[in-house]
Amino acid sequence: MSMVFIAVTALVFLSLIFGAILGFAAVRFRVEGNPIAEQINAILPQTQCGQCGYPGCKPYAEAIAAGDKINKCPPGGESTIQALAELLDVEPEPLDAVEGEKIEVVAFIREAECIGCTKCIQACPVDAILGAARQMHTVIASECTGCDLCVEPCPVDCIDMLPVASSLQDWKWDLPLPPGSIIATDREQAK
Amino acid sequence: MSTWLIHPLRGGIHPPDCKTLSNQQPIQRAPLPKQLIVPLLQHIGHITQPVVKVGDYVYKGQLLADSTAPLSAPVHAPSSGTISFIGPQPYPHVSGEMLDAIVIDTDGLDAWCELRPTADFTKLAIPDLLDKIRQAGISGLGGAGFPTSNKLSPRADQPISTLIINGAECEPYITADDVLMRERATELILGIDILAHILQPKNVLIAIEDNKPEAISAMQQAAQARDYHVVKIPTIYPSGGERQLIQILTGQEVRAGQIPAQQGIVCQNIGTVLAVHDAVINGKPLISRITTLTGQALQTPMNVECLIGTPVHELLAFAGLQNEHLSRLVAGGPMMGFTLIDTAAPVIKTSNCFLAATAQELPPPPPTMPCIRCGDCAEVCPANLLPQQLHFYALGNDHEQLEAHNLFDCIECGACAYVCPSSIPLVQYYRAAKADMREQEQKQVKAEHAKERFEFRQERLRLEEERKEAARKERAERLARSKAKQAKKAEQNKSDGNSDSAAAQEEIKRLKIASSMAQVALRKAQKQFDEHGTDELKAQVTQLSAAAEEAKQALHKATSKAEATVPPKQGVTDDELKRLKITASMARVALTKAQKQLEAHGTDELKAQVEQLSKAADEAKQALDKANEKATVSAPQQSSANEVKRLKIAASMARVALTKAQKQLEAHGTDELKAQVEQLSKAADEAKQALTAATARQAADPKPTEKPAKPEPSAAEQALKKAKIEAAMKRAALRKAERAQADASSITALQAELAEAEQHLAKLNQSETADV
Amino acid sequence: MTLPRITSPHATGANRTQRVMLRVMAATVPGILTLCYFFGIGPLLNIALACSFAVLFEALVLRLRKRPVGFFLKDGSVLVTGLLLALALPPYSPWWLITVATGFAVIFGKQLFGGLGQNPFNPAMLGYVVVLVSFPVDMTLWPAAHSIETSAGLQHVFLGQAFPDGWSQATVLDVLKNNNNLTLQELWNNNPAYGLFAGYSSEWVNLAFLLGGLYLLRKKLFSWHAPVGMLIALFIMSLLFWNGSGSDSNGSPLFHLLSGATMLGAFFIVTDPVSSATSVQGRLIFGAGVGVLIYVIRVWGGYPDAVAFAVLLMNLCAPTIDYFTRPRTYGHKAAKRGFKSGE
Repeated sequence: MSMVFIAVTALVFLSLIFGAILGFAAVRFRVEGNPIAEQINAILPQTQCGQCGYPGCKPYAEAIAAGDKINKCPPGGESTIQALAELLDVEPEPLDAVEGEKIEVVAFIREAECIGCTKCIQACPVDAILGAARQMHTVIASECTGCDLCVEPCPVDCIDMLPVASSLQDWKWDLPLPPGSIIATDREQAK
Repeated sequence: MSTWLIHPLRGGIHPPDCKTLSNQQPIQRAPLPKQLIVPLLQHIGHITQPVVKVGDYVYKGQLLADSTAPLSAPVHAPSSGTISFIGPQPYPHVSGEMLDAIVIDTDGLDAWCELRPTADFTKLAIPDLLDKIRQAGISGLGGAGFPTSNKLSPRADQPISTLIINGAECEPYITADDVLMRERATELILGIDILAHILQPKNVLIAIEDNKPEAISAMQQAAQARDYHVVKIPTIYPSGGERQLIQILTGQEVRAGQIPAQQGIVCQNIGTVLAVHDAVINGKPLISRITTLTGQALQTPMNVECLIGTPVHELLAFAGLQNEHLSRLVAGGPMMGFTLIDTAAPVIKTSNCFLAATAQELPPPPPTMPCIRCGDCAEVCPANLLPQQLHFYALGNDHEQLEAHNLFDCIECGACAYVCPSSIPLVQYYRAAKADMREQEQKQVKAEHAKERFEFRQERLRLEEERKEAARKERAERLARSKAKQAKKAEQNKSDGNSDSAAAQEEIKRLKIASSMAQVALRKAQKQFDEHGTDELKAQVTQLSAAAEEAKQALHKATSKAEATVPPKQGVTDDELKRLKITASMARVALTKAQKQLEAHGTDELKAQVEQLSKAADEAKQALDKANEKATVSAPQQSSANEVKRLKIAASMARVALTKAQKQLEAHGTDELKAQVEQLSKAADEAKQALTAATARQAADPKPTEKPAKPEPSAAEQALKKAKIEAAMKRAALRKAERAQADASSITALQAELAEAEQHLAKLNQSETADV
Repeated sequence: MTLPRITSPHATGANRTQRVMLRVMAATVPGILTLCYFFGIGPLLNIALACSFAVLFEALVLRLRKRPVGFFLKDGSVLVTGLLLALALPPYSPWWLITVATGFAVIFGKQLFGGLGQNPFNPAMLGYVVVLVSFPVDMTLWPAAHSIETSAGLQHVFLGQAFPDGWSQATVLDVLKNNNNLTLQELWNNNPAYGLFAGYSSEWVNLAFLLGGLYLLRKKLFSWHAPVGMLIALFIMSLLFWNGSGSDSNGSPLFHLLSGATMLGAFFIVTDPVSSATSVQGRLIFGAGVGVLIYVIRVWGGYPDAVAFAVLLMNLCAPTIDYFTRPRTYGHKAAKRGFKSGE
């Protein structure tokens, strides 16, 4: 009987000690906020386009942190999915979008057709559209993230999403095929 | 002349130098091409903007384009002729993409513009010398193209101890600097004198690889009288790289992320020295350069002095290009040069060599084998990197490791790829990875920026919402308060014995409605009567007219009764004031209209009418003024804001009228107008004073002002805008439908709608123009 | 006219993987000839069997991995693996032994890691160790020099018939290890097969491999660091722990340098670039580590020869060595060593 008593006492004692240690650690090494959501947010492209179904990048980051899929960001594309998969240590999935990965675009207002309704200004998540009521609007190209949220509200359909022009300066070499691939199709065969 | 101690280079390779191919004959002059293509960007830095236009005649050496950016070099006309085109033209770049250029149709005269030579450059101040060099458009001729004047103006706290003249020319095949030193050593030494004069270094070193004995002896001879060291350095690739040459000559390494000037060293290429000489001594801008034309696909490989802008194919033809043997055209040397996919590209300031190689000379790259980690690349790397690790990390897109392995210290010399037994295009890996990393960084910066803006906007919207919410609450409270007050007043009134006051108000309202309804009915009937004119309708009209009159009288009676019952101390209510205002303004409008009509037609009847109206307007105004006064007296607090607004408008209107009148006065100058202007000016002053007084009063009053309402556009304008929007929307809907490939009928319907809207718009437009 | 767009450098050196492999094979010729002089066609049989099995296995796995078979066979790396394995195995090894060894070497040692350039271990040594621990009896039986008749050898190889008595014997290393009552002088006097100081056949074979190795060094096929590091380390160890030629002798420095697979290991195994360290400094450390381990295992370990074990153990360390011998980049104050991603 005393054996049982000793065992129980010991266990209780141990659990108290460990509980204290854990409690201390929880207080001492507490991480502020939700860092994983912050890290995810840092990977997302911050176009704030809402194509993921959330109102902006941060809400999506929080949703991913809460367990949503990582493949809902068309502007980020494959590279973002890869980075997220690496961060969260999950399998990368193919992009969940009808049109697939998007090329970089920037909004452009055909100014002659603009009626100055300010609807696009209200839609722009990054305040990249300049204009006032009944005045012609224009897009500040350097601030535009290419989210295309302004296209839908425009009553006269005068906003185009133009691909960002490639110039001599940003031309770049492609990464060569991995060694041993004599022909490009070789890789596909290997899959 | 003492011997200079040199230091070993780390790594390096010994490719066959193939220099005898092109250095066997003196420098030739390339024939003047029919067309010169002068790109606007021939240096590292900002693109220049043309200062000439199509059709202009330019003299040789005339400025074509310049930039105000600090890092740039202007470009000049290489020969005289007419500018035939400014726009995208072939450009010597590995991408094969076009770049804006100025095309000159040469006239064959080669007529120089006015030159300003300098007899004695030591008499010039150093800033003037630097300006001369900049104005001559000189950028590094060695290959990178860094604007020379920038390189020659180090910061004041960084004195230059060593000036290095780079004549190493370590790349195989290229001999442009070699023959230049052989033939123009005297001019080069004079050029070095200028550079030394500008920088005042302790040591001037002229580094030449030991595979150019003629050049070394020529330079030694020319430099005899001076304290310059002509240093013979061992032939090894890449000894001519700036950082490598500094290591060889001084034993120092240029610290990562720094430029040599920060360690007191400036390096200049031999070709640049000649350009500096020409610019300062002869006043000639950089419009030509020595270029090596070599390779076994050429019958007579050689060095030519060619004009910048000469298309490459013309030069190659001059050197006897055998097209059937050409397998690869390299701009620059075989180690660091890039392939040209089009021979139409022109020579630019940085083009030191064109290598037209046969397939035997530079065979196509064999298939890449996997890396066997042999480590040869690490052994030859002059930057002491680990090329194979870099290549593995580049393959895996591991940017962190690439950063940690100092990818950005790679000078892309190609020594690693040269020795690689597996033929791995290592340099391409590094270039791709570098570009990727830069792009990523830019994206990161942009994303960060977008995030900031987004968050700022969210915050702003939130604050706005809060403010609105607060305002709403306040309004609601105010309403509740005033209601309570009214209720209290009503209570008071009741207790005063005026129990039927509220009932009277109700009665007045009811009567008003009845009266207006009667009037409407009357008007309708009258219209019908006007159109058809039957007796029956006449009777009806009379009847209705009587009824309307009756209603009006009833209303009048009720109102006066109510007025009588309302205690005078309550003053004039806001509503009444407004009503009076409207009446007054309506009277004024009617008056103006009538006046206009009178001017146009001038009948007596109209005149009488105008008088009558004028009297009515005056009466209305008086009533309004009275009411205003009363209102101001009775409730100065409520109306002060409105008052200020009104006064402001009045003041501004007076000002507008004044300006208009003044303008007219200036144009016509009649006495009448003068008087008018004076009068208006007085009125404007008065208005202003009133405004100031009101503002002061208001300022004393703590109540917040409300934003002045925007002036309403006239009805016609509004209608026009509305029509415009409608048309545009119809157009958009049609486009959307078309895009969505809706069925034909709906598209046709939309088209019809659009046509209608457009017609409507056109009509309105017309009427507006007519109005105006 | 559109010309090709090719990345720089346009000029390329003459070095090719294929050529490296061919040179390495050529450098083994003196060793092979010497072996043949002592053991008849035994070594050639080993080579023929090992190389053909190696090619066969390689082709098979490449096929299964859906990689271009011809392209990868042409590089010759698998032939080198087979050849080195054949030279390490005792002459006249039974065919199944060779099959198992090459099978392990090529399939598990090389292809399953991703083929050429991806294997962390030296494949030949992996195959060798697998058969060494699986079939120790067959592996420690070396034929006596000049004693094998071709027909008997062939029967042994293909039909599994045992060697007649006296045809096979333990190697000198084995003898030395198990000896604990005779002085070296007595041992050597007893048996002419022990040669001058390291075994009659062994010392000459080692010298022949040294010759081949020097040829490779001269041709600059690899840097001298790893082999020299290994030999010097082995020499120093055997000098330090040389306790004379009594019955408990550990063997003289010369004995250790010229017996067993020392020279084959130094010039043909340790120099395998894929599985060794990369930097110059790293290779020196890698070679030295192999040398020390060879001596330790030979003298105090359970196996008579230890090149294979030593190499495999050092292969394990190669990434770590690389990690700590990262060179200082031009213009940087110090090398970034011990960098961890995410820091």
